[in-house]
Amino acid sequence: MERNIALIALFAALIAALGIIPAVMLPFGVPITAQSLGVMLCGTVLGAKRGALAVLLFLLLVCLGLPLLSGGKGGLGVLVGPTGGFVIGFPVAAFVAGFVTERWRNAPLALSAGVAAAVGGVVLYAFGIVGMAIVLDKTLAQAALLVTAFIPGDAIKAVIAGLVTSALYRARPRAVLSRARPAA
Amino acid sequence: MISLTSPVETWAHGWRAGAKLGALCLATMGLFVLNSVPGQGAAFAVMLALYAAPGAVFFRSGIVRLRILWPFLLVILLWHLVTATPAEGAEIALRLVTAVGLANLVTMTTRLSDMIGVVRWLAAPLRRIGIQTRALELGIALVIRFTPMLAAKGAALSRAWRARSPRRPGWRIVLPFTLIAIDDAEHVAEALKARGGI
Repeated sequence: MERNIALIALFAALIAALGIIPAVMLPFGVPITAQSLGVMLCGTVLGAKRGALAVLLFLLLVCLGLPLLSGGKGGLGVLVGPTGGFVIGFPVAAFVAGFVTERWRNAPLALSAGVAAAVGGVVLYAFGIVGMAIVLDKTLAQAALLVTAFIPGDAIKAVIAGLVTSALYRARPRAVLSRARPAA
Repeated sequence: MISLTSPVETWAHGWRAGAKLGALCLATMGLFVLNSVPGQGAAFAVMLALYAAPGAVFFRSGIVRLRILWPFLLVILLWHLVTATPAEGAEIALRLVTAVGLANLVTMTTRLSDMIGVVRWLAAPLRRIGIQTRALELGIALVIRFTPMLAAKGAALSRAWRARSPRRPGWRIVLPFTLIAIDDAEHVAEALKARGGI
């Protein structure tokens, strides 16, 4: 119990800290923060349930008014802003990424976690596009067009999530709860 | 940790956090139902007046927080100029700024402790049916305590990288960073258990 709470809380803090760490730059100048990478790692490392709880805890603190989103954003305004759909989709994406990692065990972890993060990313975009369509009053196709610039960055982040999860499993096998034995 | 609550004391700081959140929900729903440019313009003016009421310092810090919306406003502007629907564009842009502005206003005038009070109140029914909410309160405290610490450790990692390489620390730093978080979590778990657990 204590271990679960500590891991959930520290991963929530990790998402916040990754928003502060310098962003990765894409070759053609689109900045990407490591924050959504943190969300994916919550799922692929902690598994569906605990990963989603970690992200929910992070979001709760954002809503309470702490400036934890990348660029020091926070407060209730982010939920109704144009990118609010992405924020609301974060916990669902972590859950889906964790679910895929937990279920798909007969492949190398780097592959299954990478694919899981990509599937989580698709879910995240679904939420993000719907949110943007509502706030900016556009059709879903038009809203999708507005976010295409960020897709290459998130594809790279899915690959990184897979590699990092697999390396973590080698370094701290007990902490990768998505692959731990159910009894543990 | 510094929260986004404004240090400028306003009359709204004294209001009940739950009431402010409820009013915000109603106002946001209203904005999305209201389909007229003058109506949205009036709501926008009311929002500006609310920001201006506590004085210039409060007004300025509030407006600075709305600046992050400019790329979206630019997109809306260009879009509706191209499609020749300026009235629609004005309505969407005004609604966007007003909705985010009102939400930020609640955040700026509500202390973190009051917000956590609302969370406790919302969780009360769970306690009544026997679910432990202590874990949630402990989790909130842990994140607030450990985010600045982890961020400092991440900055140290990034400096260590720069001391050894001419290149920028990229994604490679994420692995040791996550390891630090996991090891810290194990220490925290042991410390919690040693103090009698939850």
